[in-house]
Amino acid sequence: MKLVIAIIFATIALTDGAAIAAPQLEQCDVPQSLIDSDADLARVMNDVKTKHRLDISVVGSGSSVLSGPDGARSAYPARLEDVLKQRLVGTDVKVTAHVQSQETTATMVSGLGKVLSDDKPNLVIWQAGTADALTGVEPEDFHASLDEGVESIQAAGADVILMNMQYSPRTESMLDVSAFADVMRLVAQAHGALLFDRLAIMRYWNDAGTFDLYTATKKYDMARRVHDCIGRALASQIINAAHLDAVRMQTTR
Amino acid sequence: MFAKNMFAKPLAVASPLPSLSTGRDLRLDLFRGVALWLIFLDHIPENIMNWFTIRNYGFSDATEIFIFISGYTAAFVYGRAMRDRGFVIASARVLRRAWQIYVAHIFLFTIFMAEIAYVAATFDNPLYAEEMNILDFLKQPDITIFQALLLKFKPVNMDVLPLYIVLLLFFPPMLYLLMWQPAFALAGSALVYVLAWNFDWNLPAYPNGVWFFNPFAWQLLFVFGAWCALGGAQRLSGLLRSPAVLAISLAYLLFAFAVTLTWYIEPLGRFMPGWLSDWMYPIDKTNLDVLRFAHFLALAAVTVRFVPREWPALKSRLLRPAIVCGQHSLEIFCLGVFLAFAGQFIISEWSGGPLVQTGISLLGILIMVATASLISWYKEIEGRSPNSRDKPPDADLAGGEA
Repeated sequence: MKLVIAIIFATIALTDGAAIAAPQLEQCDVPQSLIDSDADLARVMNDVKTKHRLDISVVGSGSSVLSGPDGARSAYPARLEDVLKQRLVGTDVKVTAHVQSQETTATMVSGLGKVLSDDKPNLVIWQAGTADALTGVEPEDFHASLDEGVESIQAAGADVILMNMQYSPRTESMLDVSAFADVMRLVAQAHGALLFDRLAIMRYWNDAGTFDLYTATKKYDMARRVHDCIGRALASQIINAAHLDAVRMQTTR
Repeated sequence: MFAKNMFAKPLAVASPLPSLSTGRDLRLDLFRGVALWLIFLDHIPENIMNWFTIRNYGFSDATEIFIFISGYTAAFVYGRAMRDRGFVIASARVLRRAWQIYVAHIFLFTIFMAEIAYVAATFDNPLYAEEMNILDFLKQPDITIFQALLLKFKPVNMDVLPLYIVLLLFFPPMLYLLMWQPAFALAGSALVYVLAWNFDWNLPAYPNGVWFFNPFAWQLLFVFGAWCALGGAQRLSGLLRSPAVLAISLAYLLFAFAVTLTWYIEPLGRFMPGWLSDWMYPIDKTNLDVLRFAHFLALAAVTVRFVPREWPALKSRLLRPAIVCGQHSLEIFCLGVFLAFAGQFIISEWSGGPLVQTGISLLGILIMVATASLISWYKEIEGRSPNSRDKPPDADLAGGEA
C-alpha cells in the first residue's frame, strides 16, 4: 500500500517537475495583441522578397546588451539574428548592434548618420527612453530628439521599430518611465513606425509568471532567457509586420 | 505698512468675504478626502485598484482637486486671520504652516531613503544593470540629503509637498492682493502661468531637470481656489447655474473620457485624427496643461451643480470617513505617501496578486480613516482642555487645515 502511494507521489512529482522544467524557453509566447500593429514594414518586405537581404541596425543603451561572458551573444540583438535566420530561410540576415550604456536619445541621434551610412540597414530597431529617464531629460526634449531621429532614418529609406523601456518593478518607485513610454507611442503613431512595447510584454511575462522580474540574483540565466524571449518576440513582430510568413513558405517549397 | 493698510480698510476688505461667515463647507472636506485616497492608490504603481481613480477617465487627476481645495481652504482660514488680525499675524501663521509641511516632507524623505537603501543593498539582477544606475545617488548621501533639504532632490511621488510649500511661501502677499483686488490678483496669477509657458520657467531639480510640478504653472489652480473662497464662487454662481455651462462641461468631460479610452484600448487609437493628436499632445502634467485645467473646471462645475452645499448625505455616516480624512489633509497626505511606499514594498517583496493589491489598498484607506478619526478625537479632547483657550477659533472651522 505504502509502495503504491509512493509510486503515485513519485509519478506526480516527476510529471509535475517535467511540466515545469521542459518548455521554459517556449513559454515566453506573447499575446498577439501586444505584437500586432497597424504599421507595415514595407521596406523590409520589399527587400526580403526581391533581394533576399535583411540588414538590421540596433541602436540602443544598456538594456540592449548584457554584461559578463558572452554578453553580446546572449543579448536580444544576437538572439534576434539567430531566430530570423531560422525563420527566414534563404534570406541573408545580419543584425548589427550599436549599443552604449546610458546613452541618451539626443546623443544617439547625433550618431545615427554614421550608423545609416555604414550599415545601410533596411530596418533600424531603436531602443530608447531608459537613459533619458535616468538622466532626467525632459519628455518634451525626448520627443523632439525621437522625432528628428525617426525622420532621418525614414529619409534614408529604412523602416523603424521603436523599442521602449524594460519593465523593472524594483526600480519603478524611483524611476518613472511612463511619460517616456507615452512619447514613444505617439512618435511611432505619428510616423507610421512600429512600436515594440517591451514594457507591456515584460509586464505580461511577469504577471503570467513566465519570469519573476522581482528576483534578486547575480546570475545571468534569467537575463539571458529574457533577452532570448525578446529576440523571439521581436522576430515575430518583424515577420508579421513585413508579411513574411508567405515568403518563408515560398522559399522552403 | 501692510498691516496698517489692513486696519485702514477693514470694511472694504471684509465686504467681499461673505462666504467666510457661513461656516464650513463639508463638500471641500469630502472631495479632499477622496482626493487623498486617490493619490494614495495612484502612488502604488502595481495596483489593480488604481483603475478606479479618475486619472484613467479624463485629463486631470486627484492632484488638481487637492491643490484647488488646498488653495480654497488656505484662503478661508488665513483670509479670516488676515481680516481679523492683520497681515503680519496671518502671514506668520501661513509660514508656520509651510514649515510644518517642510518638516513632514523631510520625514517622508527619510523613510523613502531607507526603502531605497534596502533595495540597493538587496536587489541585484544583471537584466537591470542600466536601471540600477538610478541608485547612484546613494553613493553621495551628503549631496543628496543636502539637495533634499533644499527641496531640489525629490524622489518619485514626493513632489506634491514641495509644491505646496512654495505655494504657501508666496501666499501672504497673494492673499493680501486677493482680498484687496481679487480680479487683479487672479489676472496676475494667470499672467504668471502664461509667462511660465512662454519662457519655460520652472525651478531646477537635482540631479538635473526641473520640478515635476512646476510651481509657476500650478499656482494658478491654488490661487483660483483661494479666489473662489474669497467670494469668487458667489460671483461665478450665476454662471454655474446656466444650462449652457453644464452642457459644455459634460461635453468636455465626455470628450476627455473618449480620448483617455484610446490610451488604454489600443485599437481605438485609429479613430484619433492625426491633427487632433498633433495639437493636443503632450498633455503636460508638469506645467498644468490647459486641457487639464479645463478638465478640472468642468469636473468642478458639474460637481457643484449636483452636490449642493446642503446635500443631506454630507451629514451621513457613509461619507464620514472621507470627510474626516479631508479635514486632516496634511497628516493624511503624508500617511498616504508612507502607506503607498509600504504597500508597494509588500507587493514587490512578497506577493503581488490582484487580491493582495486590493487588500493592501483597502487596508491603507482604513488606516488613513482610523488615523484621521484619532486626530479628530485628539483635537476634541484638547479643545476641552484649558490650554486651548488661546487657540484661534477659526482654525477648526476649516478643519484646522489649509
